Amino acid sequence: MTDNLTIARQFIQALPFSRALGMQLTDLGPGTATIRMPWDAHLVGDPATGVLHGGAISALMDTASGASVMSHPAAPVSTATLDLRIDYMRPASPGQTITARAECHHVTRSVAFVRVVAVDDDADRPVAVGTGAFTLDRPKGAAE
Amino acid sequence: MKRPEPVQVIKYRRDAALAALVGAVPYIQFLGIQFDRRGDELTAILPYDAKLIGNPSLPALHGGVTASFLEVTGLIGLAWASLWDDLETGRIDPNAVTAGALPPLPKTIDFTVDYLRAGLPRDCYARARVNRSGRRYASVQVEAWQDNRDRPFALGSVHCLMPEITQPT
Repeated sequence: MTDNLTIARQFIQALPFSRALGMQLTDLGPGTATIRMPWDAHLVGDPATGVLHGGAISALMDTASGASVMSHPAAPVSTATLDLRIDYMRPASPGQTITARAECHHVTRSVAFVRVVAVDDDADRPVAVGTGAFTLDRPKGAAE
Repeated sequence: MKRPEPVQVIKYRRDAALAALVGAVPYIQFLGIQFDRRGDELTAILPYDAKLIGNPSLPALHGGVTASFLEVTGLIGLAWASLWDDLETGRIDPNAVTAGALPPLPKTIDFTVDYLRAGLPRDCYARARVNRSGRRYASVQVEAWQDNRDRPFALGSVHCLMPEITQPT
Protein backbone atom coordinates (compact mmCIF):
# COMPACT_ATOMS: atom_id res chain seq x y z
CA MET A 1 0.00 0.00 0.00
CA THR A 2 2.93 2.32 0.69
CA ASP A 3 3.95 2.00 -2.94
CA ASN A 4 0.42 2.77 -4.09
CA LEU A 5 0.33 5.78 -1.80
CA THR A 6 3.61 7.06 -3.23
CA ILE A 7 2.34 6.59 -6.79
CA ALA A 8 -0.96 8.27 -5.95
CA ARG A 9 0.84 11.16 -4.24
CA GLN A 10 2.95 11.71 -7.33
CA PHE A 11 -0.19 11.48 -9.46
CA ILE A 12 -1.95 14.22 -7.46
CA GLN A 13 1.24 16.32 -7.55
CA ALA A 14 1.28 15.98 -11.34
CA LEU A 15 -2.14 17.64 -11.67
CA PRO A 16 -1.28 21.32 -12.20
CA PHE A 17 -4.37 22.72 -10.48
CA SER A 18 -4.08 20.40 -7.47
CA ARG A 19 -0.45 21.49 -7.12
CA ALA A 20 -1.45 25.16 -7.46
CA LEU A 21 -3.85 24.70 -4.55
CA GLY A 22 -1.21 22.93 -2.46
CA MET A 23 -3.10 19.61 -2.19
CA GLN A 24 -1.33 16.67 -0.56
CA LEU A 25 -2.62 13.11 -0.55
CA THR A 26 -2.18 11.70 2.96
CA ASP A 27 -4.03 8.40 2.84
CA LEU A 28 -5.32 5.95 0.26
CA GLY A 29 -7.34 2.79 0.89
CA PRO A 30 -9.58 0.54 -1.22
CA GLY A 31 -12.12 3.11 -2.44
CA THR A 32 -11.06 5.82 0.01
CA ALA A 33 -8.78 8.83 -0.28
CA THR A 34 -7.77 11.65 2.06
CA ILE A 35 -6.30 14.88 0.71
CA ARG A 36 -5.30 17.95 2.69
CA MET A 37 -5.05 21.55 1.55
CA PRO A 38 -3.24 24.05 3.78
CA TRP A 39 -4.79 27.48 4.24
CA ASP A 40 -3.32 30.01 1.81
CA ALA A 41 -4.01 33.72 1.33
CA HIS A 42 -4.65 33.12 -2.42
CA LEU A 43 -7.59 30.85 -1.66
CA VAL A 44 -9.49 33.30 0.52
CA GLY A 45 -13.06 34.17 -0.44
CA ASP A 46 -13.80 36.74 2.25
CA PRO A 47 -10.87 39.09 2.83
CA ALA A 48 -12.54 40.59 5.92
CA THR A 49 -12.35 37.27 7.77
CA GLY A 50 -9.76 35.20 5.87
CA VAL A 51 -12.30 32.41 5.31
CA LEU A 52 -11.44 30.15 2.34
CA HIS A 53 -13.56 30.44 -0.80
CA GLY A 54 -16.12 27.67 -1.24
CA GLY A 55 -14.75 27.07 -4.73
CA ALA A 56 -11.34 26.05 -3.34
CA ILE A 57 -13.02 23.60 -0.95
CA SER A 58 -15.14 22.25 -3.84
CA ALA A 59 -11.93 21.71 -5.84
CA LEU A 60 -10.38 19.79 -2.93
CA MET A 61 -13.52 17.65 -2.45
CA ASP A 62 -13.73 16.91 -6.18
CA THR A 63 -10.09 15.80 -6.24
CA ALA A 64 -10.46 13.57 -3.16
CA SER A 65 -13.61 12.06 -4.68
CA GLY A 66 -11.91 11.28 -7.98
CA ALA A 67 -8.96 9.73 -6.11
CA SER A 68 -11.32 7.49 -4.11
CA VAL A 69 -12.86 6.21 -7.36
CA MET A 70 -9.42 5.50 -8.84
CA SER A 71 -8.42 3.55 -5.71
CA HIS A 72 -11.57 1.40 -5.78
CA PRO A 73 -10.90 -2.36 -6.11
CA ALA A 74 -12.71 -2.28 -9.50
CA ALA A 75 -9.41 -0.72 -10.67
CA PRO A 76 -10.82 1.81 -13.13
CA VAL A 77 -8.48 3.14 -15.81
CA SER A 78 -10.02 6.59 -15.65
CA THR A 79 -12.85 8.57 -14.09
CA ALA A 80 -14.53 11.95 -14.50
CA THR A 81 -17.05 13.82 -12.37
CA LEU A 82 -20.64 13.57 -13.62
CA ASP A 83 -22.10 15.67 -10.84
CA LEU A 84 -21.19 16.82 -7.40
CA ARG A 85 -23.32 18.43 -4.71
CA ILE A 86 -21.71 20.12 -1.75
CA ASP A 87 -23.45 21.38 1.40
CA TYR A 88 -21.51 24.05 3.25
CA MET A 89 -22.23 23.69 6.94
CA ARG A 90 -19.99 26.39 8.32
CA PRO A 91 -17.12 28.66 7.27
CA ALA A 92 -13.69 27.03 7.46
CA SER A 93 -11.61 28.50 10.31
CA PRO A 94 -9.03 30.92 8.88
CA GLY A 95 -5.46 29.66 8.93
CA GLN A 96 -6.41 25.99 9.31
CA THR A 97 -5.70 23.15 6.88
CA ILE A 98 -8.74 21.58 5.24
CA THR A 99 -8.82 17.79 4.98
CA ALA A 100 -11.22 16.03 2.63
CA ARG A 101 -11.89 12.32 3.05
CA ALA A 102 -13.79 10.65 0.23
CA GLU A 103 -15.33 7.20 0.07
CA CYS A 104 -16.37 5.53 -3.15
CA HIS A 105 -19.13 3.44 -1.56
CA HIS A 106 -20.70 1.85 -4.62
CA VAL A 107 -19.80 1.14 -8.21
CA THR A 108 -21.80 -0.21 -11.13
CA ARG A 109 -20.38 -1.27 -14.49
CA SER A 110 -19.89 2.34 -15.54
CA VAL A 111 -20.79 4.63 -12.60
CA ALA A 112 -19.15 5.26 -9.21
CA PHE A 113 -20.93 6.86 -6.23
CA VAL A 114 -18.97 8.88 -3.72
CA ARG A 115 -19.46 10.54 -0.34
CA VAL A 116 -16.97 13.15 0.82
CA VAL A 117 -16.50 15.14 4.02
CA ALA A 118 -14.28 18.20 4.54
CA VAL A 119 -13.07 19.21 8.01
CA ASP A 120 -10.64 21.71 9.54
CA ASP A 121 -8.88 21.30 12.93
CA ASP A 122 -12.26 20.74 14.62
CA ALA A 123 -12.83 17.37 12.93
CA ASP A 124 -16.13 16.71 14.76
CA ARG A 125 -17.90 19.57 13.01
CA PRO A 126 -17.60 19.17 9.22
CA VAL A 127 -17.07 22.30 7.15
CA ALA A 128 -18.77 20.69 4.14
CA VAL A 129 -20.17 17.36 2.98
CA GLY A 130 -20.69 16.24 -0.59
CA THR A 131 -22.09 13.48 -2.75
CA GLY A 132 -21.07 12.80 -6.30
CA ALA A 133 -21.53 10.49 -9.25
CA PHE A 134 -18.48 9.69 -11.36
CA THR A 135 -17.90 7.94 -14.64
CA LEU A 136 -16.01 4.66 -14.35
CA ASP A 137 -13.92 3.29 -17.19
CA ARG A 138 -12.98 -0.30 -16.48
CA PRO A 139 -9.91 -1.88 -17.99
CA LYS A 140 -10.62 -3.63 -21.31
CA GLY A 141 -11.71 -7.22 -20.86
CA ALA A 142 -12.16 -6.89 -17.09
CA ALA A 143 -14.63 -9.20 -15.39
CA GLU A 144 -17.59 -7.44 -13.86
CA MET B 1 -36.50 68.16 -15.19
CA LYS B 2 -33.09 67.11 -13.92
CA ARG B 3 -30.55 66.65 -16.69
CA PRO B 4 -29.38 63.05 -16.97
CA GLU B 5 -25.79 62.42 -15.94
CA PRO B 6 -23.23 62.10 -18.76
CA VAL B 7 -22.92 58.49 -19.89
CA GLN B 8 -19.21 58.24 -19.04
CA VAL B 9 -19.93 59.26 -15.44
CA ILE B 10 -22.52 56.51 -15.09
CA LYS B 11 -20.26 53.93 -16.76
CA TYR B 12 -17.31 54.89 -14.62
CA ARG B 13 -19.35 54.55 -11.43
CA ARG B 14 -20.73 51.12 -12.39
CA ASP B 15 -17.40 49.76 -13.60
CA ALA B 16 -15.62 51.02 -10.50
CA ALA B 17 -18.20 49.36 -8.23
CA LEU B 18 -17.87 46.06 -10.12
CA ALA B 19 -14.07 46.24 -10.01
CA ALA B 20 -14.20 46.85 -6.25
CA LEU B 21 -16.56 43.88 -5.73
CA VAL B 22 -14.45 41.47 -7.81
CA GLY B 23 -11.06 42.85 -6.77
CA ALA B 24 -11.78 42.27 -3.09
CA VAL B 25 -11.81 38.46 -3.41
CA PRO B 26 -8.31 36.92 -3.48
CA TYR B 27 -9.49 33.55 -4.91
CA ILE B 28 -11.06 35.30 -7.93
CA GLN B 29 -7.73 37.04 -8.60
CA PHE B 30 -5.85 33.76 -8.12
CA LEU B 31 -7.99 32.05 -10.79
CA GLY B 32 -7.79 35.12 -13.05
CA ILE B 33 -11.57 35.47 -13.51
CA GLN B 34 -12.71 38.72 -15.15
CA PHE B 35 -16.19 40.17 -15.62
CA ASP B 36 -17.49 41.83 -18.75
CA ARG B 37 -20.41 44.18 -18.06
CA ARG B 38 -23.14 45.21 -20.51
CA GLY B 39 -25.65 47.29 -18.57
CA ASP B 40 -26.49 45.14 -15.56
CA GLU B 41 -25.61 41.87 -17.35
CA LEU B 42 -22.33 40.21 -16.42
CA THR B 43 -20.35 37.60 -18.32
CA ALA B 44 -17.60 35.92 -16.37
CA ILE B 45 -14.45 35.10 -18.31
CA LEU B 46 -11.80 32.62 -17.23
CA PRO B 47 -8.79 33.02 -19.54
CA TYR B 48 -6.92 29.76 -20.07
CA ASP B 49 -3.85 29.24 -17.93
CA ALA B 50 -1.62 26.17 -17.64
CA LYS B 51 -2.19 25.96 -13.87
CA LEU B 52 -5.93 25.29 -14.44
CA ILE B 53 -5.29 21.84 -15.95
CA GLY B 54 -6.41 18.78 -14.01
CA ASN B 55 -5.71 15.99 -16.45
CA PRO B 56 -2.45 16.69 -18.29
CA SER B 57 -2.81 13.69 -20.64
CA LEU B 58 -6.07 14.82 -22.30
CA PRO B 59 -5.50 17.76 -21.48
CA ALA B 60 -8.61 18.96 -19.64
CA LEU B 61 -9.41 21.63 -17.08
CA HIS B 62 -9.52 20.45 -13.46
CA GLY B 63 -13.08 19.73 -12.31
CA GLY B 64 -12.35 21.97 -9.34
CA VAL B 65 -11.62 24.85 -11.71
CA THR B 66 -15.00 24.38 -13.37
CA ALA B 67 -16.74 24.16 -9.98
CA SER B 68 -14.93 27.25 -8.70
CA PHE B 69 -15.69 29.23 -11.85
CA LEU B 70 -19.41 28.41 -11.59
CA GLU B 71 -19.56 29.22 -7.89
CA VAL B 72 -17.71 32.53 -8.31
CA THR B 73 -19.98 33.49 -11.22
CA GLY B 74 -23.09 32.65 -9.19
CA LEU B 75 -22.02 34.53 -6.06
CA ILE B 76 -20.75 37.61 -7.90
CA GLY B 77 -23.87 37.58 -10.10
CA LEU B 78 -26.07 37.59 -7.02
CA ALA B 79 -24.00 40.20 -5.15
CA TRP B 80 -23.88 42.38 -8.25
CA ALA B 81 -27.68 42.27 -8.71
CA SER B 82 -28.11 43.56 -5.13
CA LEU B 83 -25.33 46.12 -5.45
CA TRP B 84 -26.77 47.38 -8.75
CA ASP B 85 -30.13 48.04 -7.10
CA ASP B 86 -28.47 49.72 -4.12
CA LEU B 87 -26.40 51.97 -6.38
CA GLU B 88 -29.22 52.87 -8.76
CA THR B 89 -31.63 53.75 -5.98
CA GLY B 90 -28.94 55.66 -4.09
CA ARG B 91 -29.14 53.40 -1.01
CA ILE B 92 -25.37 52.97 -1.18
CA ASP B 93 -22.81 55.70 -1.77
CA PRO B 94 -20.78 54.76 -4.87
CA ASN B 95 -17.69 56.50 -3.47
CA ALA B 96 -17.83 54.33 -0.37
CA VAL B 97 -18.04 51.20 -2.56
CA THR B 98 -15.01 52.13 -4.64
CA ALA B 99 -13.17 52.98 -1.41
CA GLY B 100 -13.76 49.37 -0.34
CA ALA B 101 -16.82 49.66 1.90
CA LEU B 102 -18.62 46.76 0.20
CA PRO B 103 -21.76 45.09 1.48
CA PRO B 104 -21.02 41.56 2.78
CA LEU B 105 -21.17 38.79 0.16
CA PRO B 106 -23.92 36.17 0.18
CA LYS B 107 -22.87 32.85 1.75
CA THR B 108 -23.16 29.54 -0.13
CA ILE B 109 -25.58 27.07 1.50
CA ASP B 110 -25.16 24.38 -1.13
CA PHE B 111 -23.76 24.07 -4.57
CA THR B 112 -24.42 21.50 -7.30
CA VAL B 113 -22.40 21.16 -10.45
CA ASP B 114 -23.28 19.15 -13.52
CA TYR B 115 -20.31 18.28 -15.70
CA LEU B 116 -21.63 17.96 -19.23
CA ARG B 117 -18.35 17.58 -21.08
CA ALA B 118 -14.64 17.95 -20.41
CA GLY B 119 -13.34 21.50 -20.08
CA LEU B 120 -10.93 22.11 -22.96
CA PRO B 121 -7.69 24.04 -22.55
CA ARG B 122 -9.33 27.25 -23.73
CA ASP B 123 -11.03 30.32 -22.27
CA CYS B 124 -14.32 29.74 -20.41
CA TYR B 125 -17.35 31.97 -20.17
CA ALA B 126 -20.30 31.87 -17.77
CA ARG B 127 -23.46 33.72 -16.93
CA ALA B 128 -25.56 33.56 -13.79
CA ARG B 129 -29.31 33.84 -13.59
CA VAL B 130 -30.86 34.79 -10.27
CA ASN B 131 -34.07 32.80 -10.18
CA ARG B 132 -35.10 33.96 -6.76
CA SER B 133 -33.58 36.49 -4.42
CA GLY B 134 -35.48 36.99 -1.20
CA ARG B 135 -34.54 38.74 2.01
CA ARG B 136 -32.86 35.63 3.42
CA TYR B 137 -32.39 33.07 0.65
CA ALA B 138 -31.50 33.12 -3.00
CA SER B 139 -31.36 30.54 -5.79
CA VAL B 140 -28.99 31.08 -8.68
CA GLN B 141 -28.32 29.04 -11.84
CA VAL B 142 -25.08 29.27 -13.74
CA GLU B 143 -24.20 28.13 -17.24
CA ALA B 144 -20.63 27.87 -18.50
CA TRP B 145 -19.47 27.39 -22.06
CA GLN B 146 -16.32 27.56 -24.15
CA ASP B 147 -16.34 27.84 -27.93
CA ASN B 148 -20.10 27.51 -28.50
CA ARG B 149 -22.70 29.32 -26.46
CA ASP B 150 -25.20 26.55 -27.34
CA ARG B 151 -22.95 23.80 -26.01
CA PRO B 152 -22.48 24.44 -22.29
CA PHE B 153 -19.77 22.30 -20.67
CA ALA B 154 -21.05 22.71 -17.11
CA LEU B 155 -24.13 23.87 -15.23
CA GLY B 156 -24.27 25.00 -11.65
CA SER B 157 -26.98 25.64 -9.10
CA VAL B 158 -26.20 27.68 -5.98
CA HIS B 159 -28.38 28.35 -2.95
CA CYS B 160 -27.26 31.27 -0.83
CA LEU B 161 -27.94 32.92 2.47
CA MET B 162 -28.26 36.66 1.92
CA PRO B 163 -26.27 39.02 4.13
CA GLU B 164 -28.18 40.69 6.95
CA ILE B 165 -29.44 44.04 5.78
CA THR B 166 -28.81 46.96 8.10
CA GLN B 167 -31.88 49.13 7.69
CA PRO B 168 -31.11 52.82 7.25
CA THR B 169 -32.73 54.84 10.02
